[in-house]
Amino acid sequence: MTTVHHVADERVAIALTLNGQRRTGQAEPRMLLSDFLRHELQAFGVHVGCEHGVCGACTVLIDGRAVRSCTQYAVQAEGADIVTVEGLAEGDALNTVQRAFAKQQALQCGFCTAGILCSVMQFLKEVPTPTEAQVRDMLSGHLCRCTGYASIVTAILEAASDIRRGL
Amino acid sequence: MKPIAFDYHRPQTVPEALALISDLREEAALLAGGMTLGPMLNMRLVRPRAVVDISRMQALQSISVKGDVVVTGAGVVQRDAMRSDIINRELPLLSMALPWVGHFQTRNRGTLGGSVAHADPSAEIPLCLSICGGTVVLQSRRRERRVSAADFFLGALATARRSDEIITTLEWPRTPPGTGCAFAEIAQRRGDFAIAAAACHVRLQQDGCLAALSLGVGGVENRPVVIAVDGFCGRAPEHVGSDLAEHVCANVTAMNDHAAGAEFRLALTKVLVAQVFDEAVAKAKQHEVRPQ
Repeated sequence: MTTVHHVADERVAIALTLNGQRRTGQAEPRMLLSDFLRHELQAFGVHVGCEHGVCGACTVLIDGRAVRSCTQYAVQAEGADIVTVEGLAEGDALNTVQRAFAKQQALQCGFCTAGILCSVMQFLKEVPTPTEAQVRDMLSGHLCRCTGYASIVTAILEAASDIRRGL
Repeated sequence: MKPIAFDYHRPQTVPEALALISDLREEAALLAGGMTLGPMLNMRLVRPRAVVDISRMQALQSISVKGDVVVTGAGVVQRDAMRSDIINRELPLLSMALPWVGHFQTRNRGTLGGSVAHADPSAEIPLCLSICGGTVVLQSRRRERRVSAADFFLGALATARRSDEIITTLEWPRTPPGTGCAFAEIAQRRGDFAIAAAACHVRLQQDGCLAALSLGVGGVENRPVVIAVDGFCGRAPEHVGSDLAEHVCANVTAMNDHAAGAEFRLALTKVLVAQVFDEAVAKAKQHEVRPQ
């Protein structure tokens, strides 16, 4: 790690790992990580809702942790390992969490889904046997205006159980 | 919702960061987790010439016990603090309050020092630091300065930090054995800003009466308030709860804002104070009967 100084308005190369691939793009210091992922690296699964850290739509995994990418700047992510919703499927097949979301109809418009799925990946790793209250607590970091959350809670609990059974 | 253009510095060491901000002063914004600075930058509520990113500084990320004090680096991420054995053992109040800080997703980045530096009136970590009688350690190019939590929080988003200083560590007195702790808050929804929060430390005498009591409220005034409650020591806790709640409400001036009127805030405060006191007493009693 070295000391870094970037001048405002000057675009610099940012290299990071996105969904397992080494990628490089250009960013000026004020460029949001969410914009960098979408506009520079074409990760359009990163959905931009409120752009001030409230709605959770832009949540991605940074070094394994679910973080809102709109309140991080691209220059901060130099060298980071980032996973977006595009990186969750296992080859052509949806992963266990995604399958549970489809089965339980845990999405309607789907705008919030990409972020929620990223949060769930970290959450179920840390809390493999969650209670409904724990799921709802984690979900409080995401706004969904379609489902009323009930089907999302059901899907996450089902995914937890599926993962425990090795599905 | 994009910030104004800013220079970006990511110094490797604290002295390097101090050299930068001693030149830039008010024109610099220190970036740790970015969970409050990020939104403020995006909404252009802050318009710094430069952002100094201290989020990767290893020197600010340790948690240790030094004598009677737990020392937490300002850059300790809230999620890591929740999983720290030292914090869970030595600072039960902080441990109880951390799950109330923001959301799962923001605790993944937000830091202990960042929350203290930002000084939102409703923030949980400043309230805990105040109740514990903790200290904020500030470093400038010229000197290190230690400011008690009581003197550090001056008002809403206002602290005693000078523009050439970085908060390097927070010092938390270790919780004495036998202390019962409790924390509670009410917000419009889970993870939202507390309309009111209360926290309490209690120790009991051999005869079950109150030996030591410390109690504070957050979100009620424009900064965390520790209420003078020594007068209640020596009394039997069974008969104190409602008096204590009245006492607290008589000694605060509740804010009136978009989230709640002053009267409603006081009503919540009364409920929360009684609740945390009873819970803390129950926990202190459990300590007494615990086998040696």
